[in-house]
Amino acid sequence: MQRIGDAPAVRRTLILAAVALSALFLLLPLVAIFAQAFAQGVAVFWTNVSNEYTVAAIGLTLFIAVLTIPVCLVFGVALAWLVTRFSFPGRRILQTLIDIPFAVSPVVAGLIYLLLYGRNGWLGAWLDTHDIQLMFAWPGILLVTIFVTCPFVARELIPLMQAQGSREEEAAVTLGAPGWTIFRRVTLPNIRWALLYGVILTNARAVGEFGAVSVVSGAIRGQTNTLPLHLEQLYQDYNTVGAFASAALLALIALLTLVAKASLEWRAARREVHA
Amino acid sequence: MSIRLHNVAKHFGRTCALEPVNLDIRDGELVGLLGPSGSGKTTLLRIIAGLENADREPAGRILFGERDVTHVHVRDRRIGFVFQHYALFRHMTVYDNVAFGLTVMPRKHRPTSGEIRARVHRLLEMVQLENFAKRYPAQLSGGQQQRVSLARALALRPDVLLLDEPFGALDAKVRQDLRRWLRHLHDELNFTSVFVTHDQEEALELSDRVVVMSNGRIEQIDTPDALYRAPANRFVFEFLGDVNHLEGEVRGGTLTCGDAHLSVALPDGPEELLLRPHEVKLATAPTREAHLPVTVTAISPVGAEVRVELAADWLSEPWLATVRHADFEQLNLTRGQRLFAVPRRWHRFPDPARQALAPETAAALS
Repeated sequence: MQRIGDAPAVRRTLILAAVALSALFLLLPLVAIFAQAFAQGVAVFWTNVSNEYTVAAIGLTLFIAVLTIPVCLVFGVALAWLVTRFSFPGRRILQTLIDIPFAVSPVVAGLIYLLLYGRNGWLGAWLDTHDIQLMFAWPGILLVTIFVTCPFVARELIPLMQAQGSREEEAAVTLGAPGWTIFRRVTLPNIRWALLYGVILTNARAVGEFGAVSVVSGAIRGQTNTLPLHLEQLYQDYNTVGAFASAALLALIALLTLVAKASLEWRAARREVHA
Repeated sequence: MSIRLHNVAKHFGRTCALEPVNLDIRDGELVGLLGPSGSGKTTLLRIIAGLENADREPAGRILFGERDVTHVHVRDRRIGFVFQHYALFRHMTVYDNVAFGLTVMPRKHRPTSGEIRARVHRLLEMVQLENFAKRYPAQLSGGQQQRVSLARALALRPDVLLLDEPFGALDAKVRQDLRRWLRHLHDELNFTSVFVTHDQEEALELSDRVVVMSNGRIEQIDTPDALYRAPANRFVFEFLGDVNHLEGEVRGGTLTCGDAHLSVALPDGPEELLLRPHEVKLATAPTREAHLPVTVTAISPVGAEVRVELAADWLSEPWLATVRHADFEQLNLTRGQRLFAVPRRWHRFPDPARQALAPETAAALS
């Protein structure tokens, strides 16, 4: 039997359109980045990448990502656990609040933090008298990065944990298992793939975040410049090859993330088949 | 181990799931909690297990033997719990599922790994799944999964086994087998069991005593036999099987309803009588006491009996009668045939608001 839209001509046209659009909008820019980065040869690329400021920017970016991930991980698991395993007044509102970082423009998020923690901010004045500087330093960058990335893990976990229900955990507790053992041996194995997936997304966003970070960082070269900010500066300075070299690095991280994500999905699919 | 509940109640927010109940379950008894959905039977079971907390006001008490477990956490109550949808650990093999309870024991009480292995294999043998130890739950049928779930619950040798609609999700044949098998297991291992079901046949077949519930209340606690013969009220009577209604007006010892009439020793006034399908006899002529003309509208031979559907002008809802195959052949029943129904016996549950009479059951009439 033939389904609607299954005529060979229709099918071929649709496939062709999808491939053409993907190539034009997704693949071509990616190729262009690497082409530009290596436009003047590998040596020039390497000089740009090994530049003192670029290295510092890479270091800061990875440092922020490494600190952000565990925070988001713990926060996401705790939040997902809370809203899927307990019922309490305000549970629905909490579930909506989780989405605020997604809904708010990152630049606005950065400005809010500046307003709160800046030298003239509400909390900033107090911090200033105690000689604590958050804005225009790495702690500020960390704060806004956490703000922007914190929903990813929870958003991955909540639908899954809702679908799985709490019966297995109840079974474990009737068998005498203590709380931590239940989490480690029953809950965690059931959510591990979603958790890893959430971490991958968190990482991608933490590394690539521009808007919120640009507001609070101050973009001091070699000190508070993350890779996306550094890239922008290079571009403003008409150092096209340098900018594209940094862009290539970011793109590389993105590609690695995609590979990791795809392999996770592949493994999950294979598990389904075997199970 | 006996289970005693005293004044246990449960509210979810403002809704009352369970009115204060008292319940005594004897050591080694197999008790079924029977009721329609929303009757509070699962809530009651989960409160016994400790998965749900009873209301603080009024303060109820739950005793396992002499041990007051009211404020004891689930994990310390020493119960086995079997869930409706098995709730097996999906990422663990059958072996690991059954061994779980043993492997999470505090180190100083935990059996050695050799002992655990021996015990798990014994349990798997008991549930006839020794060849499935390395399988994952998703690779088993529903009946097999429920047996794993039972083995898992029994691994810690609980004093009390609680089962929440254990056979609800299985097909009829598997259900029958598992029921018989659970009864056998219960008699052999001699633990105290409480199970929840909405299937009256299952409750009556499996239980030593049945607790019939509706709307968060216990309606009656009795042996299956007593329950069927002497239902405490109309709800229990109607819930335990098919019921035929006969509504009419009594005048001078005769109940009249359209062109039907029946001699009854009852005071004058409106009356409703209830009859089980097997209490309706079919005859080709009316008797002196009963003149109930009916027409056969459907005939279905089900197992040992033939179910006959009857309609008449004086009936608002069709009646159901069950006749033995021998009688069926003798009457030479066909659809559209006109016959007379003769009640063997009938029941009545007077509205307590209207008449302060105890429920009664009439003796045979024919």
